[in-house]
Amino acid sequence: MLSVLRTIWMTLMHTFRKRDTVLYPEEQPYLPPRYRGRIVLTRDPDGAERCVACNLCSVACPVDCISVVKGEDETGRWYPESFRINFSRCIYCGYCEEACPTYAIQLTPDFEMGEFDRQNMVYEKSDLTISGVGKRPGYNFYRVAGMAVGGKDKGEAENESAPIDVKTLLP
Amino acid sequence: MFGVSTDTLLDIALTAFETIAILLAVVISAALLIWVERRLLGVWQDRYGPNRVGPFGILQVAADMIKIFFKEDWIPPFADKAVFVIAPAIIMFTTLMAFAVIPFTETLGVVDLNIGILFILAMSSLGVYSVILAGWSSDNKYALLGAMRTAAQMISYEVFMGLSLLGVVLLAGSFNLRDIVESQAGMWNVIPQFPAFVIFFIAGCAEIHRAPFDLPEAEQELTAGYHTEYSGMKFGMFFVGEYLGIVLISCLVTVLFFGGWLGPILPGFVWFALKAGFFIVFFVLLRAATVRPRYDQLMAFGWKILLPITLVNVAITGAIVVAQS
Repeated sequence: MLSVLRTIWMTLMHTFRKRDTVLYPEEQPYLPPRYRGRIVLTRDPDGAERCVACNLCSVACPVDCISVVKGEDETGRWYPESFRINFSRCIYCGYCEEACPTYAIQLTPDFEMGEFDRQNMVYEKSDLTISGVGKRPGYNFYRVAGMAVGGKDKGEAENESAPIDVKTLLP
Repeated sequence: MFGVSTDTLLDIALTAFETIAILLAVVISAALLIWVERRLLGVWQDRYGPNRVGPFGILQVAADMIKIFFKEDWIPPFADKAVFVIAPAIIMFTTLMAFAVIPFTETLGVVDLNIGILFILAMSSLGVYSVILAGWSSDNKYALLGAMRTAAQMISYEVFMGLSLLGVVLLAGSFNLRDIVESQAGMWNVIPQFPAFVIFFIAGCAEIHRAPFDLPEAEQELTAGYHTEYSGMKFGMFFVGEYLGIVLISCLVTVLFFGGWLGPILPGFVWFALKAGFFIVFFVLLRAATVRPRYDQLMAFGWKILLPITLVNVAITGAIVVAQS
């Protein structure tokens, strides 16, 4: 019986505690920078899009919500003709972000994507692309990759030495 | 006209008006209790109650009422239709009847019965019918089990609810509630009759099957007990009937143990409202704070602990009253 009275007193003392509720949407919850929210497609520091339509993200996706169609521009650089993510399927796991070799696809701390119609939750490339660099500010894939594409030859990438001439005996 | 003087007609009209006003006020306070309870529970559970609809969520009551009015009035095809519909009406009826004898101030009250306390106990006994009929007519094993448990709980706690009041009656020398309040002008009954007060409070809590004795409506037990098959306005009536019971027991406690409308400076009605309000808030605190006892623990506590204490209290009070006279 005394323990019951003690419980009643303790509950009464809760009157003077702050409430733990976050009054959304007036107050927003704290989202850490690496929070896995809405997916975006980022651009180079030079303004060209990073995505090379390699399909690694759609292969990595556990629920198969990414759909990519590859196109090639006049310099030989691959780009996605269409890039579609079905956000009603997406589980925001981040596997696509981990798989991407060019840091194109990234997850941002934004979750407010509610829609009334399920078809409105399928985001096309124009809905996904942003004009900035996202999380990796200085990274341009084609500058460090070894492919002879986009106006540069073999051996002209950053930190790359020139290719060895295998036909000569001189050192 | 009709061989009755206009004076008497005016009297009748005024009494009728007063009755309707009091009962309406009581029902409205029971509806407001919905909001009060939800916000108070939020205060004690470190969260906000309803705070979106209207300032401080006060329009939540209106929103709930609109929702319940528009719900489909469905009676299960396997249920006993007449009894199913009557059961929630019985609880509302008996509780409102019990309000008829409660004196709110010296002059305010529906009727002044010489057997006020007996009337109230009789009405609360009739209230058990609604639970049993609801569980039986639902044609649902869980509802029936819940109703049986509830009825057993209510009936056994009724025994010492009445017995605990005998001490108060002995001290006042009358069953009339107004006389009981007036006899507390010197000292509130809670001081000489403290065990009776505690037992009456606990028994009243069990009588209106309210936390911690709310096994009937604990959703985790037996789905929802006797009101499993009820939805819409009929469920709303059970709900409001329960809140009416809270208001009733709080008013009874203030009238019988805490001196009703007596108090310095402030007008009688304000004192009554303050005291009854305190107990209503205490009921909500009990719901927030206490754990639910198991059914056999509940019955054992009633019969083996509370009943002997009540009998001893009556015996001692009787002995003292006889010795003093």
